[in-house]
Amino acid sequence: MTDWRPATAREALAARAGLLAYVRAFFAERDILEVETPCLARYGVTDLHIQCIEVPGYGFLQSSPEYHMKRLLAAGSGAIWQISRVFRHGEAGRRHNPEFSLLEWYRPGFSLDQLIDECVALLSPLLNPASVARYHFRDVFREHTGLDPLTASAAELAQRAQQNGAPSELDKPALVDWLMATVVEPALTKDQLVIIDEFPGWAAALARKHQDDDGEWVAQRFEIYFAGYELANGYHELTDAAEQSARFQQDRQLRQQHGLRDMAPDSCLLDALQQGLPDCSGVAIGLDRVLMAQLGVDDIRILLSFPADRA
Amino acid sequence: MANYSTNDFKAGLKVMLDGDPCAILENEYVKPGKGQAFNRVRLRNLKNGKVWERTFRSGDSLEGADVVDQEMQFLYSDGEFWHFMHPTTFEQLAAGEAAVADAAKWLKEEDSCQVTLWNGVPLVVYPPNFVELEIIETDPGVKGDTAGSGGKPAKLTTGAVVRVPLFVQTGEIVKVDTRSGEYVGRIKD
Repeated sequence: MTDWRPATAREALAARAGLLAYVRAFFAERDILEVETPCLARYGVTDLHIQCIEVPGYGFLQSSPEYHMKRLLAAGSGAIWQISRVFRHGEAGRRHNPEFSLLEWYRPGFSLDQLIDECVALLSPLLNPASVARYHFRDVFREHTGLDPLTASAAELAQRAQQNGAPSELDKPALVDWLMATVVEPALTKDQLVIIDEFPGWAAALARKHQDDDGEWVAQRFEIYFAGYELANGYHELTDAAEQSARFQQDRQLRQQHGLRDMAPDSCLLDALQQGLPDCSGVAIGLDRVLMAQLGVDDIRILLSFPADRA
Repeated sequence: MANYSTNDFKAGLKVMLDGDPCAILENEYVKPGKGQAFNRVRLRNLKNGKVWERTFRSGDSLEGADVVDQEMQFLYSDGEFWHFMHPTTFEQLAAGEAAVADAAKWLKEEDSCQVTLWNGVPLVVYPPNFVELEIIETDPGVKGDTAGSGGKPAKLTTGAVVRVPLFVQTGEIVKVDTRSGEYVGRIKD
């Protein structure tokens, strides 16, 4: 029997309402346009690690509003933001719910640094961090694991990961993910807003890539952590349609190798990139996680009125 | 048996791991930003009671274990096997020493026990939480004793030895909590 009662206390409902009002005021003050895009659309995503929920006859529940927002940007919308409900199959636990609230915004003409500053401006009054720190992925990973994620061999990473109970037969990106989640993230200073940038090139997703000082390919992508968990993920957005199309095809090959269903690339996004996406940076922030950090609660389920097991 | 993916893992689910039936105790989903997701799982090996911690890639699956818990009535022991009967089908099953283990010293004929069956064979026998057993041997008591002194050992019909207050005598029936092995009280006829 599914419990009819809400899982959250009225105080948490009020805190969420306060957070939504704060976010709306933040963007109104900056004169950024609030938009809505579909939750249900014909394409899902090809990403190896995001499984969309299919709605037969209609398509897929969206795992992020990114593609539609980029289509708006390509059509000349200018800076836009929205809070949307997004859906990811199989993601359920203390820090995940299959349906959650994502705050996402795009800033044409903004560098990644400018967007990071704006994220800090948004989050600081909510979380009152003791300080703000910024590291390159390589550096913070090396500091806590003793290995360089870009140049270490898979065997070296596997040996380190197994000390921490990693499952066997992981490839290099998965080994780095494992060490990041189990060694690096828990070691980050809890009351500090930690920005990690220059993710490994293989983890670029929809971000641009460049070569770092050592000539290694890194992504123009950042994440923000607070209280030991990930709050935000931002990109200097890839605008090259051919490169984007090649990444989609690469994703499809990876999906096939991992025995996952094939996902058709979103041709509307590719057409929009072809038309021309303005140079921009964009970021997504998990609002449920922000609420967790604000209230010091380490379980997302008690901050949702009806988490997946009661919905 | 069906296969269960990490998405189906929840406390109580019985699965096969390294050839042994296990019960899932906890399943925690871990996912670094946009990367490979993992499930860190704590499981109890139902054969030996040990708790294992394992990590799986999300989406991996394990074969289900045909494990059910069944109330059964203890009939008798022939020295090698302990015989139990299903209360409605009257089917009889024999449990070996490994399955009965520590429960043996609490089993009284006709008592009802929980038996965990794996592929229809008794895997673990749990004694009732409370049993009422007769004392067959204990030192004579001392008058005026009240609970609080150390008590004295008393041997029960099943062979178990428990500490009882000094005033409790041979031939009396006592109630014992099998989880702690402690005396709870006297049963007066």
